[in-house]
Amino acid sequence: MKAPLSRIAHTRSGDKGDVVNIGVIAWRAEDYPVLMREVTAARVFEFFEDRIAGPVERFEAPNLGALNFLLHGALGGGGTVSLRIDSQGKTFGAALLRMEIEIDE
Amino acid sequence: MIRVANGQGFWGDWLEAPARLVEQGPIDYLTLDYLAEVTMAVLEKQRQRNPELGYAADFPPLMERLSPALKQKRIRVVTNAGGLNPGACAREVRRRAPGLKVAIVEGDAVTARIGEFLAKGHRLNNIDTGEPIDAIRDRILSANAYLGAFPLAQALMAGADVVIAGRCADSALVLAPCVHAFGWAADSWDLLAAGATAGHIVECGAQTTGGNSQVDWREIPDLDEIGYPIAEIDAGGRFAITKHAGTGGRVTADIVKEQLLYEIGDPRSYLTPDVIADFTGLHLADEGPDRVRITGARGRGRPPCLKLSINYLAGWKATGTLVYTAPDAVAKAQAADRIVRRRIEKLGLRFDEIYTEYLGWNACHGDAAPAASAVPEVQLRIGVRGQLRSAVDRFTREMAPLVLSGPPGATGYGGEGRAQVREVIGNWGALLPRDEIRPSVEVFE
Repeated sequence: MKAPLSRIAHTRSGDKGDVVNIGVIAWRAEDYPVLMREVTAARVFEFFEDRIAGPVERFEAPNLGALNFLLHGALGGGGTVSLRIDSQGKTFGAALLRMEIEIDE
Repeated sequence: MIRVANGQGFWGDWLEAPARLVEQGPIDYLTLDYLAEVTMAVLEKQRQRNPELGYAADFPPLMERLSPALKQKRIRVVTNAGGLNPGACAREVRRRAPGLKVAIVEGDAVTARIGEFLAKGHRLNNIDTGEPIDAIRDRILSANAYLGAFPLAQALMAGADVVIAGRCADSALVLAPCVHAFGWAADSWDLLAAGATAGHIVECGAQTTGGNSQVDWREIPDLDEIGYPIAEIDAGGRFAITKHAGTGGRVTADIVKEQLLYEIGDPRSYLTPDVIADFTGLHLADEGPDRVRITGARGRGRPPCLKLSINYLAGWKATGTLVYTAPDAVAKAQAADRIVRRRIEKLGLRFDEIYTEYLGWNACHGDAAPAASAVPEVQLRIGVRGQLRSAVDRFTREMAPLVLSGPPGATGYGGEGRAQVREVIGNWGALLPRDEIRPSVEVFE
């Protein structure tokens, strides 16, 4: 069934220059395969496409039940160059929690 | 075992946190991480105005305040408060806290050597985009290499009570006391990885003790009294993350995981000047209340290059705001945005970027935000950035007039309505072969 990502995971996001990183952590270890299947780099790029240039990279940390995403060209220049209210990408993680995914019944 | 605490996650963090770490329980080292990438730009602006500035100005008064307790409890301080000017920072600390033995670590500042590096064939291309440095070459203000933990450890070995570095890896503030206390070798990769990992976990202060955490945030007790993190590390690289008993906040494995992933790239290769740490073998276990045990740190070698942080002039910017209310709050704000943009165009103002956001609607949630029609009030925020200060200055006059001449129901123009023109300092990351950097330590007797 469809559910927001927040049902199975929590997140934290931050910046390095014009790159945003989002750590996505499964609340329960057994949901890590769902993250792997549903939260792909392509889907995360699609989710933020209105605001980022891309590309999006995904890295895996199965020991933490977690994925880490790097969103390139995500902050309009980053740091003090950025004109955005969230110039350091602090809220990207919370935004991603709205992403609809297919979870196991 | 040593207890290494971190009392500042950035310059502007809670002023009381370092004092509480010193007063509310046992610690051996107090680290204070003041430097984010944007902080370097702020410091650059301050140094331009006054050559005796360019460091974290909160730090010397803090040392004055804590000096007696630090001496009495034999707590030593390791910080990057020196920013772009460790010497001036040290002078002010010694003036305010003459009882403390101060050392500075330098060698990170390489602004004057950019030409030399390029002549040697080091390209200094942008670390993210690969863009050649020619794009900013004639606008460079400062360049600093990220130093590692060993020169900081050397300063501790020389007996310093307070070690003031400039740009160094955040995690080095914690790794340095380990190297000093345990004599870890420069090629003991797994040990160095453990120290760097502990450093990474505590470098953002209360973000690992329940601050900014999505883990049951409503239930986390007493954030007003939040305890800042302490890493308890032994000579074998075994460590736990905790906080003083009786303080607010919470330390659990889930919370520490959030911080482990914070502002990293590939978790298999967390790059520091001293070691490449692999986070994918880590095991986190809750070991009691507010105590997480972390095992399995692995390191493999160190990078051949150090990262450079280069500040450059990037023009001018300003952001102006107005608040619109329902009915049709967003539609009104959008109409106001169109008016401002047409006026900018007709005035012939040229900008590198004009960026509009609707705070309260979709500034942070983008296309996933609820329908605009459901929004009762919204803040229109228009930012411009360009190379001509006069053009940016002219833009700042274009928001307030809309209160009388634009869509109905605008407010929020007092004070913040007239945008401030600010100089933009960009940050350029680049890589430099590590042999080019020779850190130095100076101890003031």
